[in-house]
Amino acid sequence: MNVRLYLLQRATAAIMVPLVLGHLAVIYYATRGGLTAADILARTRGSIGWGAFYGLFVLAAAIHGAIGVRTIASEWAGLRGGKLDLLMWSFGLTLAALGLRAMAAVLLP
Amino acid sequence: MAMAMAIEVSIWRGRANGRYQTFTVPLDQSQTVLDVVTWVQRKLDPTLAYRFACRVGMCGSCAMTVNGRPRWTCRTHISKVVEAGRVEIGPLANMPIIKDLVCDMAEFFAKWQRAKGAFAPGKSRHDPIERISPAAAERVAADAAIECINCAVCYAACDTVRWNENYLGPAALNRAWTLVNDVRDAGQRERLAALAADGGCHACHSHHSCQEHCPKALSPVRSIAGLKRRSLEAYVRGEL
Ligand code: SF4
Ligand code: SF4
Ligand code: FES
Repeated sequence: MNVRLYLLQRATAAIMVPLVLGHLAVIYYATRGGLTAADILARTRGSIGWGAFYGLFVLAAAIHGAIGVRTIASEWAGLRGGKLDLLMWSFGLTLAALGLRAMAAVLLP
Repeated sequence: MAMAMAIEVSIWRGRANGRYQTFTVPLDQSQTVLDVVTWVQRKLDPTLAYRFACRVGMCGSCAMTVNGRPRWTCRTHISKVVEAGRVEIGPLANMPIIKDLVCDMAEFFAKWQRAKGAFAPGKSRHDPIERISPAAAERVAADAAIECINCAVCYAACDTVRWNENYLGPAALNRAWTLVNDVRDAGQRERLAALAADGGCHACHSHHSCQEHCPKALSPVRSIAGLKRRSLEAYVRGEL
């Protein structure tokens, strides 16, 4: 962990605080409000607002999680150097790809 | 009055693959853990290796693991640590064992160097002596961390040191914090760069184990929090 990774991890955590709360509120509203899948898709498809909200969320989570996994792998599994960076990048990119794919499913018209 | 009682003392013998050897030691009044170890060495086994110098809590050379906790042994009364008539004394953790209770502190002190724990002078004898007010904020911050005796108790107590051989550790970082607050020092940029690198202050998990065990009641974790803040500010300003 150096100052750059530290800053990225803290900054993404700060970004995610309101996003997590918003995400939970959306889940609550969508399930309790009795919205159907068609209702939801009607609101999300082509929406720039939801795209920005979840795009930011996915990227922040991918960066935050990848740095955390890097620390855990280094301290608990003794991974060092290039292997450690490879793990961080592949974990982060996988997370980002999965998140963006899920977004595409509800956002693309 | 000497107490007519004895305790069982298990002392680590040998190197990393050694074992505990048990001795019976008579209890005495105001006896410290260091007194017990010395008694064993003088009366029972002169080959027992251990370190001490001042015996009054100033030199930082007598630290050992007592019943699983790192402690300064010259200022720890044996009566405080005996459990059911027994006590276990081993070398400090997180450092290679040289023999018995003596560990190799070379890496510990090398990290003080890596953390730029030495004052970097920027003036000569021809310059006037700088006046530092005892009430200045920097001086107050340095004062809170300055009484370290280099005993390595915090270093032995830190999980992050155990997990990451690269981590500078609480003692070296605490020392660096006193210098970061020294307005006369001319090597601040290099110091902050060393502290902000991999294995530097940002590796600390704020476990507080260092503060919990420091015999001088210092708070390396508070010093490290200060370093994290300072180096983050410098990084954001593009100075690192
Ligand atoms: S607070 Fe930091 S330096 Fe202190 S014991 Fe925990 S990880 Fe180590
Ligand atoms: S900070 Fe405390 S425990 Fe650590 S080396 Fe200094 S005096 Fe010992
Ligand atoms: S012998 Fe010096 S601090 Fe214990």
